[in-house]
Amino acid sequence: MDGLLDQLSLAAPRFLDGLVITLQLGLGGAVLAFVISVVLGLLTLSEHLWLRAPGRVVVEFFRGTSLVVQLFFFFFVFPQLGLDLEPIPAGILALGLNYGAYGAEVVRGSLAAVPKAQWEATVALSMNPVHRMVRIIWPQGWALMLPGLNNLLVMLVKGTALASFIFLHDITFVADDLRRTIGKLLAFGIAFALYYALNQLLSSGMRILERHAQRKLGLKPPSGKQAKRAAALAGVN
Amino acid sequence: MSWDMGLALEMLPDLLEAFVKITLLVTVVSSVAAAVLGIVWAILLREGPRPVSAVVFRILDIIRMTPIPLQLAAVYSFLIATDVSTLSIGIVVFGIHYSTYMAESYRAGIESIRPGQWEAATALSMSKTRTWQAVIIPQALRATVPSLGNWAIAMFKDTPFLIMISVPELVTVAQDLGANNFSYFESITLAGLIFLVASYPTAVLMRKLENRLATY
Repeated sequence: MDGLLDQLSLAAPRFLDGLVITLQLGLGGAVLAFVISVVLGLLTLSEHLWLRAPGRVVVEFFRGTSLVVQLFFFFFVFPQLGLDLEPIPAGILALGLNYGAYGAEVVRGSLAAVPKAQWEATVALSMNPVHRMVRIIWPQGWALMLPGLNNLLVMLVKGTALASFIFLHDITFVADDLRRTIGKLLAFGIAFALYYALNQLLSSGMRILERHAQRKLGLKPPSGKQAKRAAALAGVN
Repeated sequence: MSWDMGLALEMLPDLLEAFVKITLLVTVVSSVAAAVLGIVWAILLREGPRPVSAVVFRILDIIRMTPIPLQLAAVYSFLIATDVSTLSIGIVVFGIHYSTYMAESYRAGIESIRPGQWEAATALSMSKTRTWQAVIIPQALRATVPSLGNWAIAMFKDTPFLIMISVPELVTVAQDLGANNFSYFESITLAGLIFLVASYPTAVLMRKLENRLATY
């Protein structure tokens, strides 16, 4: 077991560095993708053709051309066009735009799935468009879009593994590099465990958000703790 | 830096060859494999004995939540000494990876079947096998096929990950051509356009199929 411990202490700092790169790409990409999802989602939902059409074109373009192609475009072609991008920003840009385009479809679909009567009611109450979206439509759409966004987040984290294509030393690179020193089984085993744990963590975070959103809409019974507190406040018991 | 049409036309045949010989080949073979494996997983998860289905569920979850480049590198490192070609490693890894997603699609399709159908099959004292074959699968497929198509398109756009084990698919060739000619602009752009031209019409077709096959 001594050997194993030695190998682990050798591998741990390397994997930690890899994890940092993966997290930078993953979190940066996720934030950018979310912003792009919301902007493009609202654009493609617009009733004005001159807003909707460019939104559609951008979404279809980034969905249709592969993530790796987009990354290579930012990393290899941009410098030739006179625009140098560091590997991390190039990776974040590619991940954000690609998954943002997919996310835009989730946002558009979820907002469009909010019952028609809700939209009509906001018109009947003569709410202005911003008010209508922020107070009525978005909170309902938000609960619908979270499962879809959760799937995309997992996909995005997996997408960060293309980092090694642009010479970044992420988890996948570290595993492939360490297989000669600490053995294949251990090197890849650690990498699989890291990605799995990371994605499980993110997914359960998203599910907490989802339950929170549903509860706010009164869609799901509150948790046991909340029910008790409510009962205590109401003086029942 | 401007677009060099002559260079682009010079690169096009090589790119199209890589596209047809590797990218399309992997997509088609792996999609078929994934579609077959997917239904095996879906039935196993539903009908298999409890410990077996629990283990299968966990394995599928791990495959689904870890990146393809890592899976390619791992399988490659274990098979490097054998004479298994990198192309077949690629086909197997893509097939298994996407089978885990397709299993979810089948599950949704199977769950969309109304309970009355199961009850009717029991009432007619059909065997389990016959119930699946004659009643459940044909109906589940209606709801599942468009979603399988969408996963195949997703796989198609993931094939550039094959670069990880140096299989010369479209983007790998595009990168080589770019390096050899000191210009990535034409080669990478063409690779992107080939993806767009191939995947956009297929995606539109899948959307049409989805509306057509929708039962409700």
